[in-house]
Amino acid sequence: MNRLTSIQNLRDSLAQAKLDYIKLLNGGKVVFVCGDTGCLASHSQEVKEKLDELVKAEGLQDNIKIMYAGCFGLCSQGPFVKVYPEGTLYRLVKPSDATLIFEKDLKGFGIVESLVFKNPDSGAIYAKQEDIPFYQKQKAIAMADFAPIEPDNIDHYMGIGGYEALCHVLENKTGEDVISIALDSGLRGRGGGGYPTGVKWRYARMQQDPQKYLICNLDEGDPGAFMDRAIAERTPHIILEGMMIAAYGIGAIRGFIYVRAEYPTASLRLQQAIDLLRTKGLLGEKILGTEFSFDIEIRVGAGAFVCGEETALMASIEGKRGMPRSKPPFPAVKGLWGHPTIINNVETFANLPYIFRPGGLEAYKAIGTEKSKGTKVFSLAGKIKNVGLVEVPMGTTLRELIFDIGGGIEKGKKFKAIQTGGPSGGCLTEDDLDTPIDFDNLIARGSMMGSGGAIVMDEDNCMVDVAKFYLEFICDESCGKCSPCRIGTTRMKEILDKIAAGTAVMSDLDTLKELAIFIKDASLCGLGQTAPNPVLSTLTKFYDEYKAHIIDKTCPAKVCKDLIQYRINPDTCKKCGICAIHCPVNCISGVRGKEAYVIDQMACIKCGTCLSSCPFDVIRKV
Amino acid sequence: MEMITVKFDGQEYQVPRFVSILEAARSVGFDIPTLCHYKDLVETGACRVCLVEVKGMKALTTSCTTPVHEGMEINLHSPRVLRARRHSVELILSNHVNDCLHCTANGRCELQKAAEKCGIREIPFEGKMTTPSIDRLSPSIRRNSSKCILCGRCVEVCKKAQGIGILDFIHRGFETVIGPAENRSLTQVPCIYCGQCVNVCPTGALYVHEEVHRIQKAQVDGKHVLIQVAPAVRASLGEEFDLPIGTRVTGKMCTALKRLGFERVYDTNFTADLTVMEEGTELLTRLKKHLMGEKVALPQVTSCSPGWVNYAEYNYHELLDHLSTCKSPQMMMGALVKSYYAQKNGLKPEDIFMVSVMPCTAKKYEKTRPEMRHETYADVDAVITTRELGDYIKSCGIDFLSLPDGEFDMDLLGDYSGAGALFGVSGGVTEAALRTVYAITQGHEYGKVVFESVRGLKGIKETTIPLKNIIIDGKRSGINLDLKIAVVSSTKNAKILMDQVRAGTSPYHFIEIMGCPGGCINGGGQSFIKPGLLTFQEKLTMNDLLMKRAKAVYEEDASRPIRSAHLNPLIQNLYQEFLGYPNSELAHKLLHTHYHPRTPFPNIEE
Amino acid sequence: MKPISAYAKQRLSQIIDHYQTLTTPLMMILSDFQKEFGYVPLEVQEIISKRLDIPVAEIYGIVTFYSMFSLKPKGKYVIGICLGTACYVQAAQQVANRLEEILGIKPGETTSDGLFTIDILRCLGACALAPVMVINGKILPHVKVNDLQRIIDEYVRKEALVHESAH
Repeated sequence: MNRLTSIQNLRDSLAQAKLDYIKLLNGGKVVFVCGDTGCLASHSQEVKEKLDELVKAEGLQDNIKIMYAGCFGLCSQGPFVKVYPEGTLYRLVKPSDATLIFEKDLKGFGIVESLVFKNPDSGAIYAKQEDIPFYQKQKAIAMADFAPIEPDNIDHYMGIGGYEALCHVLENKTGEDVISIALDSGLRGRGGGGYPTGVKWRYARMQQDPQKYLICNLDEGDPGAFMDRAIAERTPHIILEGMMIAAYGIGAIRGFIYVRAEYPTASLRLQQAIDLLRTKGLLGEKILGTEFSFDIEIRVGAGAFVCGEETALMASIEGKRGMPRSKPPFPAVKGLWGHPTIINNVETFANLPYIFRPGGLEAYKAIGTEKSKGTKVFSLAGKIKNVGLVEVPMGTTLRELIFDIGGGIEKGKKFKAIQTGGPSGGCLTEDDLDTPIDFDNLIARGSMMGSGGAIVMDEDNCMVDVAKFYLEFICDESCGKCSPCRIGTTRMKEILDKIAAGTAVMSDLDTLKELAIFIKDASLCGLGQTAPNPVLSTLTKFYDEYKAHIIDKTCPAKVCKDLIQYRINPDTCKKCGICAIHCPVNCISGVRGKEAYVIDQMACIKCGTCLSSCPFDVIRKV
Repeated sequence: MEMITVKFDGQEYQVPRFVSILEAARSVGFDIPTLCHYKDLVETGACRVCLVEVKGMKALTTSCTTPVHEGMEINLHSPRVLRARRHSVELILSNHVNDCLHCTANGRCELQKAAEKCGIREIPFEGKMTTPSIDRLSPSIRRNSSKCILCGRCVEVCKKAQGIGILDFIHRGFETVIGPAENRSLTQVPCIYCGQCVNVCPTGALYVHEEVHRIQKAQVDGKHVLIQVAPAVRASLGEEFDLPIGTRVTGKMCTALKRLGFERVYDTNFTADLTVMEEGTELLTRLKKHLMGEKVALPQVTSCSPGWVNYAEYNYHELLDHLSTCKSPQMMMGALVKSYYAQKNGLKPEDIFMVSVMPCTAKKYEKTRPEMRHETYADVDAVITTRELGDYIKSCGIDFLSLPDGEFDMDLLGDYSGAGALFGVSGGVTEAALRTVYAITQGHEYGKVVFESVRGLKGIKETTIPLKNIIIDGKRSGINLDLKIAVVSSTKNAKILMDQVRAGTSPYHFIEIMGCPGGCINGGGQSFIKPGLLTFQEKLTMNDLLMKRAKAVYEEDASRPIRSAHLNPLIQNLYQEFLGYPNSELAHKLLHTHYHPRTPFPNIEE
Repeated sequence: MKPISAYAKQRLSQIIDHYQTLTTPLMMILSDFQKEFGYVPLEVQEIISKRLDIPVAEIYGIVTFYSMFSLKPKGKYVIGICLGTACYVQAAQQVANRLEEILGIKPGETTSDGLFTIDILRCLGACALAPVMVINGKILPHVKVNDLQRIIDEYVRKEALVHESAH
């Protein structure tokens, strides 16, 4: 592994890597198999191993290369296999399909039509990634064009333009310049707050204390959000490059990546990348012969959502309980171990190489809206056809996101709401669909950007239940330090429990609202200050649903256990008895072949096993 | 001091520059209600009671954590602010057990004061309560987490002021509780019972086990009940009757105790003088051996602070022979009463009930030590704190403030010199010991009676006393010795010096260690000095309040006709008539003890 | 609680040594020990307390604050149910409830035979596979309520075979 000792060295490496990568994609057959956590769980490892086996058996290792790539974004269609030089993208590839791909495509006999994307309406085939509608409206900056590269391969990363920005900055820019560019770009924090990144950096740079720290927040606690995990697993180097640029700008000497405990693969890939950079001389003392010294350390979390809050995160690194503290003093002035510290989200760092490469600033400013520049990565999940990661320019409407990119609601159901901002956010409904996505618009419509989790809900989701779910999460994750959040959120949850059980009265809604407004106003940290948002948002937009639970004692969406019953249709029941066999409390009686089965409502525990096991779909929730 | 201009509720004020909104407001006569706030201990804004509205900030902010700046516009009592403060207290009350009228903290509770100040009239948010942790196993300190407001003061005082850290926040969210490791009882962890945590707890979550009812039972049982009072109590008891902090109330205290019907009212200062004799002699013995080249455990460390003794037994197993073998003055009194006094009055020790009034919570444990008990009786039967005495006096209908001055009984035990009186403050034992040790080794009294270098509340104090041509065993030895002495208070500072001893690098001959920061005047049983209970004026000078009690102790010393223990005629009498001479066999039997190493976290069955 | 093995003590010492150049390494030490041995009992906390000069109560407070640290050893098979939003809207709560019923334990608890522990997880980032269940690191996608009995039975059968073959 050759060590780089000057900027020229790096330049030469970059040029070579670009050539090598083009050669790779335009030579013999190169196969990328998605090795992201989601696809691995769907047996993509077996797909790759089978392909390896087939190639080896015929001694074709020199002509056909099989390697892992990172997330392709459209996770619900995984596992993915992409074949070059044609650039054919195969989806839903099972291990048993490996032989087909090998025999037909890899041996040069054309694409396997059954495995490429097909338009469900027109039947049109999209063999190339860029033709697929899912990708059309996206602009992948943080997701690096969804370009296929081996995650642990720095040459591949350089091949797609990686470390170009760092090189340019070290060669031509001062730290002050970096701050100016950040300010000019309009980049706002991608962790959820949307605070102007350049402004934060400038505070830190201004501090006299020479011992400055940079922290990358990979705690990604919002349930349903996995953008940061994917970025770290597929392109760890994009984060490291971003961190180096930021460190250069603010004058940081040490960097930390705080990785939540639930992401061991991300942690591993980042550590491998850091070790590699150290060996190459891109991290450490006097990098590439300049005065810039910087190194990065990984620190792990241990299962606490609140550690995504910057002061709690720092407390965790300091070996304490992750309990936030009051601000001021702000971390940029007094942070980790008392020194000026900048904390930025993974996605924020992932945007920096694009902005800081030659011509990047102007290109970046041309994307997005006036007050929200650039793009945002969303993890689109829930009741949507295309579940996965998408990156869209700010200004894209919610309608485009959900229907054009997301493919609309699965199973032919009706769209009800999209929840953004996780437990800190709110719901956007039919009326909000034409809102251009940006930080301020989403707040104006009663939600917020958040880290990027976007959960789509349909008519079968109960919004009271959704609010209760988020509150339960908050109660679990509240650190317990301040009384409004510690006690207040539990009191709010107790009221929601009553509503869901049909035992609440209308005045409970007044208490709920009073508590919600107080907790927002009086809590010590962002977790508490935003905890009431899902409740307030659903209370405003789905007031009738709350009323139904309280006054009519019904759950319109048929979710809240105490307000629904499972009923077997006596007319259509086929008397097979399967439901009775599966029922865990033996509350279904009937005679096989002779009498229709009936559920004893007093004993029924509403577990739903009967409904999911009935082969004839005669059981309903009423 | 640099001043800036801010606006409070639309009006301009000049306030100091580098302070919090809370302090700035206080400087111009605003007393924003607080609850968890405790200067230099907890300034985290956790309780959300001291909320204020600041122009430009979206949410409310806590005034104790937010610094002022030029031109800041703050609303201290807008309807939004008042409502939020109320809700903060209401929420805390909704998770708080509702037994104020029979709680030990009734009338001394900062939560009661906060509820009063915020005008609470209802608790609109009712629901479940955090699972309570109740620990009633210790004879000293007990816990009831259903009264805890999670301010964290106890955690900080035990960790930062004492350097021990028995308590911490455990679990998370609604089920957060403050407790020891494994939420064990305090009896199963290395808690030394110093009671600093009780001194800072705003409610009755941490409280002291009360023993006044034992006195009454003893009286009903027809026992001969007598009482002794420690030196630091008289510097604090007046505060229980709303006298200014540090008012010396010796006279009234004696009268009150006499009126309560005790057979004798003795002063622990007498046995403090006795301790000076015993411990001083012990020191001279060790010094003699040391000067003769024998291996001996030096420095000698005092042992009258039971909190410190507990700490040593947990943490310095191999250094226990450095501790003086002397019992504490309290236990010496108990031992003498149950032997000498009993004999002199024709009583059986089983029929005597010895009560001590102490500023200390560890002494409630000390009396239960097996070395302090006999098969059929204990040397001290009940220990009550300064606070308990105040309550007892009130419940017996005695109007303390109108009492004339009285005196201790001085028939057999109880007359005391100024030296004994000094035991109540850090540096007191040393000063008292020095007066006697100097006299014995130099053959004449030390010129000035006051050793300034060991006075005051600094955590670690040092002094060197040059002793020339030391008298040993009554004869001039020709040896000069610079007696090096250290005085520490708080176990945090004790650790520093004991680690030196452990490493073999300690330069001292004698170390005085008091378990509580500042000494007994700051014991766990003294009248409470808590921010929510102080007057507005007192709040402004909180850091100086303890010094006033120290001054009261120094006054007591200065007021005595005799200033040194060896010149106390009752002490001389005691040796002549009963003990023989200091460190005699009988003295050893009655007045000395031994120590045991203790396991910090013993195995407990699940 | 049973004392830890001499091997565990040795590994703990090595772990502490490994991180001695880090500033405030407590989280890393606890994480490594938890990962390797599955729990962090008081005995381990006392050892760390002495080495790092941190009060035992403080370490206990940290162990009980973070969900990933366990005071008791976990079961042989740790079953994690994701209750992240994406999984929740795909009825993951029902799956979690049913699992609790089948095994007779609550989340965080271990069955009395030491075989199974239930852990509630909050998003593994595999939202396309909702509802997601993980058993000892192996991800099971799209889990349904009536799959559970079968899955548990499989593991119980596996254990019985291991048990049999050992005799």
